[in-house]
Amino acid sequence: MTHIVVTGILLSGTYALIALGLTLQYGVARIMNLANGETLVAGCFVAFWLYTAFAINPIAGLLVIAPAAFAFNWAIYVVALRPLVRRARNRGQLEVDSILATFGLLFLLQGLMLLGFGGEYFSYAFLAERFVIFGSGYGLNRVVAFAAAVVIAAGLYLFLYRTRQGTAVRAVAADPNSASLVAIDVSRTAALAFALGGALTACGGALLSTFYTFNASMGVIFTMKALIIVIMGGVGDVRGAVLAALALGIAETAVASLIDPGLTLAATYGLFILVLLFRPQGIFGRQTA
Amino acid sequence: MSGAALSVAGARKAFGGLIAVNDVSFDIGQGELVGLIGPNGSGKTTMLNLISGALRPSAGRISLAGIDISGKPAHAIARLGVARTFQLVRVLPSMSAIDNVIAGAAFGHMRLWGSEARQMAEALLERVGLGGRAAAPTASMTYIDQKRLELARALAGEPRLLLLDEWLAGLNPSELRLGIDLVRDLRAEGRTIVMVEHVMDAIRSLCDRCIVMSSGAKIADGAVAEVLSRREVVSAYLGDDDA
Amino acid sequence: MSAVSAGEIRVGLAGAVVVALAACLPLVDQGFYLSISVNIVLYAALCTAWTLFSGPTHYVSLATAAFFGVGTYSVALWIDQLPFPALVAGGALAGAALAGVVGVATLRLSGVYFVIFTLGLAELVRQIVTWAQAKFTTRVGLYVFTDFTEKHIYWMLLALAVAVFLAGWLINRSRLGFAMRIIGNDETVARHVGIDTARAKILLFMVSGAFIAIAGAISAPRYGYIQPPSAFNPMISFLVVIMALLGGTSRLWGPLVGVVPFVIAMDLISARFPNHMPIVMGLAFLAIVYLLPHGVTGRLEQVWTRLRNRRALAVGAERTA
Repeated sequence: MTHIVVTGILLSGTYALIALGLTLQYGVARIMNLANGETLVAGCFVAFWLYTAFAINPIAGLLVIAPAAFAFNWAIYVVALRPLVRRARNRGQLEVDSILATFGLLFLLQGLMLLGFGGEYFSYAFLAERFVIFGSGYGLNRVVAFAAAVVIAAGLYLFLYRTRQGTAVRAVAADPNSASLVAIDVSRTAALAFALGGALTACGGALLSTFYTFNASMGVIFTMKALIIVIMGGVGDVRGAVLAALALGIAETAVASLIDPGLTLAATYGLFILVLLFRPQGIFGRQTA
Repeated sequence: MSGAALSVAGARKAFGGLIAVNDVSFDIGQGELVGLIGPNGSGKTTMLNLISGALRPSAGRISLAGIDISGKPAHAIARLGVARTFQLVRVLPSMSAIDNVIAGAAFGHMRLWGSEARQMAEALLERVGLGGRAAAPTASMTYIDQKRLELARALAGEPRLLLLDEWLAGLNPSELRLGIDLVRDLRAEGRTIVMVEHVMDAIRSLCDRCIVMSSGAKIADGAVAEVLSRREVVSAYLGDDDA
Repeated sequence: MSAVSAGEIRVGLAGAVVVALAACLPLVDQGFYLSISVNIVLYAALCTAWTLFSGPTHYVSLATAAFFGVGTYSVALWIDQLPFPALVAGGALAGAALAGVVGVATLRLSGVYFVIFTLGLAELVRQIVTWAQAKFTTRVGLYVFTDFTEKHIYWMLLALAVAVFLAGWLINRSRLGFAMRIIGNDETVARHVGIDTARAKILLFMVSGAFIAIAGAISAPRYGYIQPPSAFNPMISFLVVIMALLGGTSRLWGPLVGVVPFVIAMDLISARFPNHMPIVMGLAFLAIVYLLPHGVTGRLEQVWTRLRNRRALAVGAERTA
């Protein structure tokens, strides 16, 4: 039992990073980015490449991966998504447009990675040692990835709640119209949030690659998990996303080890349906009029 | 009171900490035309939204000819015979004028369909001054015509209670006179109408009775001329001299 | 709503001629052209059924693969016990039931929840079917042996496509269709004229799901050997979205305009550049959003009205001159 809980918690660290990335993109930039999982997979591949070709430790590799993903996602927002925000007459139209556009990016990026790496599974051995918690062993790489995720998430929290820029991001998340009234550049803040979200997701991918076998076409599954975490936690809610990631990590691990590893998605969906039926505004979400 | 067409008892609506409608009670008799007035942000439109089911009341009871409708969804209330217009006019832009009106007839408590609905819609278009424009596209109509169309749609359901949300706002003087005449005709037919309005001339010339709201509460209810001269009503509109 | 107009009779007759000609195809060719035509007719039925719901509501449904797979499995599980038509009917009911459950859970909420839910639905059902098969039977796949050949499947799918068209036409004339148009225009108004919007959407989604499941059921004998990954192939969902939106969803026949060229193009690409399929799909999505937001038919209609206006202007100018 403790084994399941600890494994679940270790897994949830990376889930939380990915979901935080998505919740920034959807909650602040108002873009439902269905290509989020492809950023994650790209993070996996870059970490793999840095480690195997240059023997760069994936944790150190984050210093390269995060800025690169930031720049890449900034460019995507400015080139592809900002025009959609400008032409949208209402929220609903932007929603449909951004869903279709990011589907396009999803397949385009996935197709390019399939061409580059093929459909095989990749993995590499990084810190593949036993680490003992409460008397049972876990992969050291999982523990390190979890610790790194905690540090990054804490950094994000400090940024959002202790800096001017972070306050602007939260203001836009709460209400873009009012934010522009207090001289916040909404369009630039949205781009910043989108890019930051991409960087977080790519970090999540790099950390995931240290203990998980990955391939070029698995992005969609992770996008889905991230989406479900974001909705469970309440859109744009950082604490909610972390808590929902924990719940999902533990639920998946429990189902995988107690019932069948093939049913992890079913477990995710079970949680999702419960949330949709009973708390569609998210765990901490407030009912809005 | 079961004799009332509409009875509101202790209605309350809170958005988080903000109380938009605070313990409001009133009755509207059959065939009455009552003005619901008050300064901006006093909760008039929220009150209307509670009656039409666009919002759920946080507390209180609203009943239509004795039937409890508080907290029912908007479509169920519409089927019981409540029709409304919107503060910011809402026509169905991709549909023709006549389809806009049939929309009001097909799903309400009359449930008209086919040639019956079409005939009624044509008569109503004629009535509101849009005769002969059944096939006209609605998105390009003028503001007054869109308002007329919206009224025709609301009337198409043969409502027991008609809610007009600033239906006369934004009209120029000659349009306003036409609008007032139209509402007066409706009243002469014996319809029960609640109108939220800022145009005081319209309230004075149309209503026998008006209800005044301020900061979410009802502060006056009575004959128009008498209510409008009350001290607390004047100060709600113009601000308190003593403060 | 009213009697059938002369225009509608003309379109109906033209449609009947096209269908009759299409039905003769297997008498001419039983090879390549028949096989690609099976795909065209299949996707015509799927895309039109998808548009029945997603056209007026603008909810992007990715549940197609789930309904399709449910239909396929309805046939595969009981083909040895029950007659084929009964299984197809059962598949339709199963598809409608699944759509009803999904609709109740998601359609009262905003569009994003719906997209996300349907995105994973096929995968969810696939996992459950795989698990149940492993747990309760010893087999991984199921054999479907019938006397049907490619041409029988073609005819059945053609009949299904016609049925979907007729259903779409009838719905458009009905109160439900009228309600959907109002909802598509302004959901708030829809509620205030007395439309139970959630119920209307769920009903229509169930009709759409039932038709898609029938397509899956008819396709089962074509596969012969049925496994969860092929029956619940998520690509079907995405292809249907692309083709329908490429064609345009504001008219019943709009999706057809996307289906015919895209199925042919897909056939060429998957034969010559099998690894480039995702890139083509990605580019297709981007083209829809940035170049053809209302599909080919929407664009043609725009051009048509512009031409007509220009002609009207020119005529007016001549008169004043």
